[in-house]
Amino acid sequence: MSLLTAIRDRDVAQLPSRRDEDWRWTDLRGLIRMLPPPSSAIEGDVGEGVFDELVQHKVVVANGRGEAVVDVPAGETSWVALRFVSRSDGAHAARATISVGAGATLHLFETYEGEGGYVTQTTLSFALGEGAAVERIVLAGDSPNGVSVSEAAVSLAPRADFAQTIVTSGGRRQRIETRVAHPGGHASLRLDGVYLLADKAHADLTTVVTHDGLDGITEQLTKGVVRDQARGVFQGRIVVAEGADRTDAKMGHHALILSDKAEVDAKPELEIYADDVACAHGNTVGALDEDALFYARQRGMNDAEAHALLTEAFVGQVIDRIDQDEARDVVRAWAAERLRP
Amino acid sequence: MLSVKNLHATVGGKEILKGLTLEVPAGQVHAIMGPNGAGKSTLSYVLTGRDGYEVTEGSATLDGEDLLALAPDERAARGVFLSFQYPLEIPGVPALTFIRTALNAQRRARGEAEITAPEFLKLARAKSADLKIDFDMLKRALNVGFSGGEKKRMEILQMAMLSPRFLILDETDSGLDIDALRIVADGVNALRSPDRAMLVITHYQRLLDYITPDAVHVLAGGRIVASGGPELAHELEASGYERYEKAAA
Repeated sequence: MSLLTAIRDRDVAQLPSRRDEDWRWTDLRGLIRMLPPPSSAIEGDVGEGVFDELVQHKVVVANGRGEAVVDVPAGETSWVALRFVSRSDGAHAARATISVGAGATLHLFETYEGEGGYVTQTTLSFALGEGAAVERIVLAGDSPNGVSVSEAAVSLAPRADFAQTIVTSGGRRQRIETRVAHPGGHASLRLDGVYLLADKAHADLTTVVTHDGLDGITEQLTKGVVRDQARGVFQGRIVVAEGADRTDAKMGHHALILSDKAEVDAKPELEIYADDVACAHGNTVGALDEDALFYARQRGMNDAEAHALLTEAFVGQVIDRIDQDEARDVVRAWAAERLRP
Repeated sequence: MLSVKNLHATVGGKEILKGLTLEVPAGQVHAIMGPNGAGKSTLSYVLTGRDGYEVTEGSATLDGEDLLALAPDERAARGVFLSFQYPLEIPGVPALTFIRTALNAQRRARGEAEITAPEFLKLARAKSADLKIDFDMLKRALNVGFSGGEKKRMEILQMAMLSPRFLILDETDSGLDIDALRIVADGVNALRSPDRAMLVITHYQRLLDYITPDAVHVLAGGRIVASGGPELAHELEASGYERYEKAAA
């Protein structure tokens, strides 16, 4: 049961539905009556990407065409922009394989850029060698009419460092899922996310981390702002297997709901089978602080400006965790554009 | 400048202001003193347009313009500034960003050009030096982790940078030690001018030793029950509010 096989076989019966526990808030079966025909190739140039200036290598996967392979040899450093561009009303699937050798560093700037009523699945696999470091930044700008599922499987080696920040404005239905096999061994994982949703947008940020060894670190902070009739979904699961002692895992999810018809569904889960662990999670959903809004307005900001300033500040606390200065500025600007009403 | 006539206001359906009348001419500083629960903070919120403070009767005008018809930001753009009794903490927004956003919002509302970044920084450096605020503090999230005294100084800094025409200081002396009080008072006094007016709301007379008012009013039971010169503040300090509370009841 997956969007991938449903697209391949043009068979809606294979779509995940609300009966699947992991998909109950992102029902595809109830949404898609008929899978569209395969997308044709994009004609002409796809234009420039927002991260083009920062990178050495640019990889474009347009309407699912071309398999993206990123391979960073041991000890080297690479800057790569990976763009998944969808311009169609058809269906397509894309794939990317990323391997980062021992002690190597990859700065990966991944974007989803969509126009039209497409249905797409993107499948990524990351393999990190011992002591490898990856900073993965994802800007998901799917079309409001697009249906998009991105699934990344990440495999870490001891002392590897994987830091991820996803910022999304959602789609008609959109899910961005990250599954991490965490071996412990002082490997360090950061999984951050921001969803900024308006109109009828839907975004689902799902993560599953499995700690399988001693001394693993996971830090997770997701924040969302939803307005109009938008819906945000956060599902975060951290599993600490038996024997994965001295695991240090923190998970936070905080959302602002700015209209009566907007919705946030959150399911933070910690499953702990080891004895000696430090795990914590926090989850809050609320409105903007009325006192802070009045304070900003008393100083001269109108209602829209005050809202924008305070919501930018709210999600800015996630964006601030991006290591790389230039990339952080690009992400901040991208987010600010989507927060201004 | 400010003219308040027979102002009645309710909060959560309860009448707090019960026919308050007050004139503060341009160039003057008036103090409002009163016991707890007299309606001092309500007056400051009604004048600045906070939600939940409903005016049921009366008027408040600034230079003849109806304040009560304006949104809080429109009042701010016309020069009304409230120094909050409890300044808000704004996580994630550096003080400089907050003040620049506010200043430019006011300028746009008045049809003026926005301040340029170099001009703004120059102004911020000068004003923070006057108030003995470490400039690096302005790069931190506004008021987050600041002491009570630092927050009050940050209010006066905003006031100095926004250059309002009508200033309301709500219990600005609370939480200040004597040195901080002097710095704050100097900052406030520097803003005294013939085309500005101030309303200094305070429970204690102490602040008025540093900011000398032209007139003192006693607010009790939602009305001004007595008015006089600066000597009235000393008299209140000596004898308390009891007789005014009885008179208002």
